Amino acid sequence: MIAKQTNQKAWFMVLPVFLVVAFSAVIPLMTVVNYSVQDTFGNNVFTWVGMDWFKDLIHSERFHAAFLKQLMFSGIILLIEVPLGIMIALAMPKKGWGVPVCLISMALPLLIPWNVVGTIWQIFGRVDIGLLGHSLASLGFDYNYTQDPIAAWITLIIMDVWHWTSLVVLLCYAGLCSIPEAYYQAAKIDGASRWSVFRYIQLPKMQRVLLIAILLRFMDSFMIYTEPFVITGGGPGNSTTFMSIDLVKLAIGQFDLGPAAAMSLVYFLVILLLCWVFYTVMSNIGEESSNGGK
Amino acid sequence: MRLKWLIPAIYIIFLLLPIYWLVNMSLKTNEEILSVFTLWPRDLTFANYMVIFTDASWYSGYINSMIYVSINVVISVTFALPAAYAFSRYSFVGDKHLFFWLLTNRMAPPAVFALPFFQLYSSIGLFDTHIAVAIAHCLFNLPLAVWILEGFMSGIPKEIDETAFVDGYSWPRFFIKIFIPNIASGIGVTAFFCFMFSWVELLLARTLTAVNAKPISAIMTRTVSASGLDWGVLAAAGVLTILPGALVIYFVRNHIAKGFALGRV
Repeated sequence: MIAKQTNQKAWFMVLPVFLVVAFSAVIPLMTVVNYSVQDTFGNNVFTWVGMDWFKDLIHSERFHAAFLKQLMFSGIILLIEVPLGIMIALAMPKKGWGVPVCLISMALPLLIPWNVVGTIWQIFGRVDIGLLGHSLASLGFDYNYTQDPIAAWITLIIMDVWHWTSLVVLLCYAGLCSIPEAYYQAAKIDGASRWSVFRYIQLPKMQRVLLIAILLRFMDSFMIYTEPFVITGGGPGNSTTFMSIDLVKLAIGQFDLGPAAAMSLVYFLVILLLCWVFYTVMSNIGEESSNGGK
Repeated sequence: MRLKWLIPAIYIIFLLLPIYWLVNMSLKTNEEILSVFTLWPRDLTFANYMVIFTDASWYSGYINSMIYVSINVVISVTFALPAAYAFSRYSFVGDKHLFFWLLTNRMAPPAVFALPFFQLYSSIGLFDTHIAVAIAHCLFNLPLAVWILEGFMSGIPKEIDETAFVDGYSWPRFFIKIFIPNIASGIGVTAFFCFMFSWVELLLARTLTAVNAKPISAIMTRTVSASGLDWGVLAAAGVLTILPGALVIYFVRNHIAKGFALGRV
C-alpha cells in the first residue's frame, strides 16, 4: 500500500455521490424515525408517543416469530450455499471450452428479475402443471407448497439455492484462479494430501472473496421479499412470513405507520449489527491465518 | 478425480431445468398446459409471444424497464468515477466513515424505504417517472459502483497520475484521456452490476410507479393476481425478461471473471 496524499479538496469529487445517496437515504430514514415516535389517526394529525411502538415491538409475538423465521432461513441457506459453492468452484474447469459455458450458464439465474424467479418456481413446483411438483406427486410424495408449510419452506430454500449459489461459485472461482500454479507444484513435491492443499493453499486464498460472498448472501437473504411474496405470499398461514413481508403488510397493507416505522428501524439496526459482527470476526480470522500461515 | 466434471455438470442441469420448463410452457397453448402433462409442446405455438409484442400494456413494460435501468447505469457510473478516484488516491477528513456509511446503504432493506420513498417522490412531483426509479436505485447501486471502481483504480499504479501531471496534463484531461481508458474493463464490470441490480429489483420500482413508468416485472405480478390463469403468456413474459440479462452476460463474460478476480462485487 502506498501512503495516500492528504487532500481535502477530494471532498468535491465525492460530493455528487454524497448528495444523491443522502437524498435517497437520509430523508426517507428521517421520515421513518419521525413516524416511529408518533401516532396518527389520519388527516395528518400526529401525536407524540415516545418509545411506545418500540416497547410494543419488543414484546410482540408476531415480530419474534417473523424474526426467528428470518434468522432460520438465512442460516439454512448460508449452510447450504457456501459449502456447495466452494465444492462446485473447486471442480470447475480452469481452461478450455468448459470455462465460458460454466460462467455463462451459472451467471444466468443472477440476472433474472426476482419476481420472475418467483414465477419460474411457482410454475415449476405446482402439482398440476409443474415438472417438479408433478414428478414428486407421481413418485408418491405428498408435496404441495400452497398447503403444507414444510413443503413451502423446502421450495423456498431450493429456490434460493438455485438463484444464488452461483454468486458464491463465481466469487470462489475467481479466488481460486488467482493462485499461481507454482503453489500446487510445491504442494505436490511436499506430498501434501488433497485436504491440506485445500486447507493451507486454497482456503486462505479464497478468504477475502468468501467474506464478501457470505456478507452479500447474508444481507440479501435477510432482506428477501419478492420471491416468497410471489411463490407463497407468506403462507400457508404465516409459515413463510419473513421480516420484509411482514413489514410491507404492516406498512402498506394495514397502513400502521408508527409500528411499521419502529419495526423498520429495529430491522435495519439488526442487519447492520449482524453484518458488523460477521465482518469483524471474518477479518480477524483472515489476519490471524495470514500472519500465522507464512 | 476423473469424474470431477460431473459436479459442475449436474449443477448446470439443476440450474437449467426450471428455465427449460419456463420456455416449454411459453410455447404451449393454455389448454395443453392445463389438460395434459407433456415434456415438450405438442402443438408448438408462438401465440403467447404475439400477445406480448402486440399489446401495448405488455411491451411498454419492457421499454420502461430499459429506460430507467439505462438512466441508473449512466448516473451510477458517472457519479461514482470521480468519487472512487478520490477514495483510491487521497485521504481526507472523514473518508473512512463516509465509505462505510455508503456501504451501509447497500445493506438497507428496500422494504424499509418503500413507504418513505413513495411519499418523498410524490411530494416533489416525480412519482411515476423513470427518473424517480433510477434515482431510487442509486441508493444501492452508487455505493456498489464506488466500491467496485475503487478496487480497480487502486490497482493502477500512482506513477501514471504523477507522470501525466509532470507532462502538463490538467486533471480533467488526464482523467478522460489517460485514466478512463486504463480502467475500461472496470467500468464494464461496474455497469454490468448496476444493470443487474437495477434490472432485477421489483419492490421500489413497483412502489414508485403507477402507469407511465411501470416496469415489466410489476406488470407480471398484476397478471398473476388478477387472472392467475394465463400461464402461457406469463411464461413467455418471463422468458423475455431473461433475454436482456443473457445478452449482457454474453458480452461481458471475459470482464466478469476479471472483475471477480479483484475480489469486489
